[in-house]
Amino acid sequence: MGTAYLDHASTTPMLPEAIEAMTAQLGQVGNASSLHATGRRTRRVVEESRETIASALGARPSEVVFTAGGTEADNLAIKGLFWARKRPRILISAVEHHAALDPAHWLADNHGATVELLEVDEHGRVHPDTLRAAIERDPADVALVSVMWANNEVGTVQPIKELAAIAHEHGIPFHTDAVQAVAQLPVSFAESGVDAMTVSGHKVGGPIGVGALLLARGVDPVPVLHGGGQERDVRSGTLDAPAIAGFAAAVRSAVDRRADTADRLSILRDDLISRVREAVPDVIVNGHPTERLPGNAHFSFPGCEGDALLMLLDARGVECSTGSACSAGVAQPSHVLLAMGQDGARARGSLRFSLGHTSTMADVERVGEVIGLVVERARRAGLTSVSRS
Amino acid sequence: MLAAMSGGVDSAVAAARIAEAGHDVTGIHLALSSNPQSYRTGARGCCTLEDSRDARRAADVIGIPFYIWDMAERFHHDVVEDFVNEYAAGRTPNPCLRCNEKIKFEAVLDRALALGFDAVATGHHARLSDGVLRRSVDEGKDQSYVLGVLTREQLAHAIFPLGDSTKAQVRAEAAERGLAVADKPDSHDICFIADGDTRAFLSERLGTSEGPIVDALTGQVVGSHEGAFGFTVGQRKGLRIDHPAGDGRPRYVLSIEPVSNTVTVGPRAALEVRGIVGERPVWNGHVPEPYEPIRCTVQLRAHGEVYGCRAQLSGDLLHIELDTPATGVAPGQGAVLYDGDTVIGSATIASAV
Repeated sequence: MGTAYLDHASTTPMLPEAIEAMTAQLGQVGNASSLHATGRRTRRVVEESRETIASALGARPSEVVFTAGGTEADNLAIKGLFWARKRPRILISAVEHHAALDPAHWLADNHGATVELLEVDEHGRVHPDTLRAAIERDPADVALVSVMWANNEVGTVQPIKELAAIAHEHGIPFHTDAVQAVAQLPVSFAESGVDAMTVSGHKVGGPIGVGALLLARGVDPVPVLHGGGQERDVRSGTLDAPAIAGFAAAVRSAVDRRADTADRLSILRDDLISRVREAVPDVIVNGHPTERLPGNAHFSFPGCEGDALLMLLDARGVECSTGSACSAGVAQPSHVLLAMGQDGARARGSLRFSLGHTSTMADVERVGEVIGLVVERARRAGLTSVSRS
Repeated sequence: MLAAMSGGVDSAVAAARIAEAGHDVTGIHLALSSNPQSYRTGARGCCTLEDSRDARRAADVIGIPFYIWDMAERFHHDVVEDFVNEYAAGRTPNPCLRCNEKIKFEAVLDRALALGFDAVATGHHARLSDGVLRRSVDEGKDQSYVLGVLTREQLAHAIFPLGDSTKAQVRAEAAERGLAVADKPDSHDICFIADGDTRAFLSERLGTSEGPIVDALTGQVVGSHEGAFGFTVGQRKGLRIDHPAGDGRPRYVLSIEPVSNTVTVGPRAALEVRGIVGERPVWNGHVPEPYEPIRCTVQLRAHGEVYGCRAQLSGDLLHIELDTPATGVAPGQGAVLYDGDTVIGSATIASAV
């Protein structure tokens, strides 16, 4: 029995061209900061990669700061801009990934920040008026605004350009976590108008452990990592040339093929939704009906626990996610769904299926074949956990 | 089959054995606190983050799927609150017994059956022969007592793969199988009381309220305490009696009266009981319900002595007459009846005379 891997939003298989670019570098020695020929050779790989990523994402090469992944880039943007701006208010959407939310809350707990969560509607969208109202309560005191480009759980796409423009009316820097958006949506750093943008390697078919923070000219966060002064002194640490080469190759390919991939994925995704609806008529599809990632299908199954569904699907070769934060492995109801106004029970009975470049119709068919029985069993188990003596 | 994996050596080897026997096994670890830090007990308990990682790692080595099941709410309601309420009512509960009855073989088992599993396997040291519970071959590690509350229906879906092995054999096997938990220390204390200080745990939840310590022989108040819940029948240490007893002999807790918050103490001889009344009887062995008295043996606490007795069911109560007097029989503990090494039934001790 093969496996239907429908968890591409957590990580997607590396593209062959990324593996090739990365492995070509793994056998090479070289520190990109060294002044000798070997160092220069490595530096060339890094700089070409930087140019590739910049051009694919509508940025200038000097705007690309390599990091060890999306979490580090989010931390650098939020902590670094907060420290640089020396003002208390952080305006951040209530549906951010923990990599953005937790640094903000940490700053509130330890560094005097005031975190103000921007409310979302039932589809998970931040309305421009919400941001405008929040800023205008005291524009001079806002350190930064952070709203993700597309949500990792329910796939809802935010009106980033509009939101960034509102922040700019008051001269406030705007950060967006775009790790889910690149490769599925058209993403241009320059056109979006954002000041800082998080990108991750392994979400687009590159290696795990590398990412970047795109930083517009004149946006200078205080570093989180201090050391050798690499990456214009914003992010110290020896550059990981093999990972960066793989990352660049993946971004290039994923962005080049984005339109075709998006068309293909949205057809598969819509088919998956209709199959699930057919098998489970009372299923609820979460997220925005149209403004959503083409590869994302997010459901609530009334009367079920998400972890029971996940286990039963796993046993039948279907791999998906409850999309919720796991601390110590204990599933908490998703803060994203709660922010969208759902109750705890519905939030706990949710599953995310996320498609990517290797997804096929056979994967979708597999879900259709098993979801009915799986939901029926999970419902029976759900009844046992509510009835107690 | 579902293998409940605590992160300890026993449940890891139990899971490995049934997987090797060819069963389709899924490992689960029960998260018993929604905030794992609060029940943290170092390496000895059964619900720390480290334990869940150990369980996951063991499942990886065995090669079975592994999940965490969140049973925190049920555990809090059925075990922790019950524990506190029982003490508040002047009884001495056994939370492990309660956890087996309400969590492992009720909440977990019900969920497992609904999800399509046939049985739940645990690392308890006990045997099951044709659905009948027997003591482990390792008498020192035998856990049939804390399983004695399970009904026939619960036992029909239980698997105890370790009953034919000694603890030493289990540890050796864990090492052979490359399970890193092989030399992990045994758990002893109550898993949800981090520092082992039961009295502090209870006073945090029940508050302190001063009450008298009364000598049963003289009727005199001989001291005071900060809450009757802090005491257990048979307890000798920590009584803080101001006046030595007239007979110069040590005093023991004879009874606890929660309403008047009175602890009654007396000489060891006054602790001796021959008659026990048990409530909520469970009849789970190979002998029919004894509406006429039968001869058997009874164990009155975990790893406690075994007494010859006559037992009889009447209505909802189990009456036990001991052949020789027992001391320190605490209401709230389980009385588990045996025929030789086979469990035939159990009840919760309500009173003893």
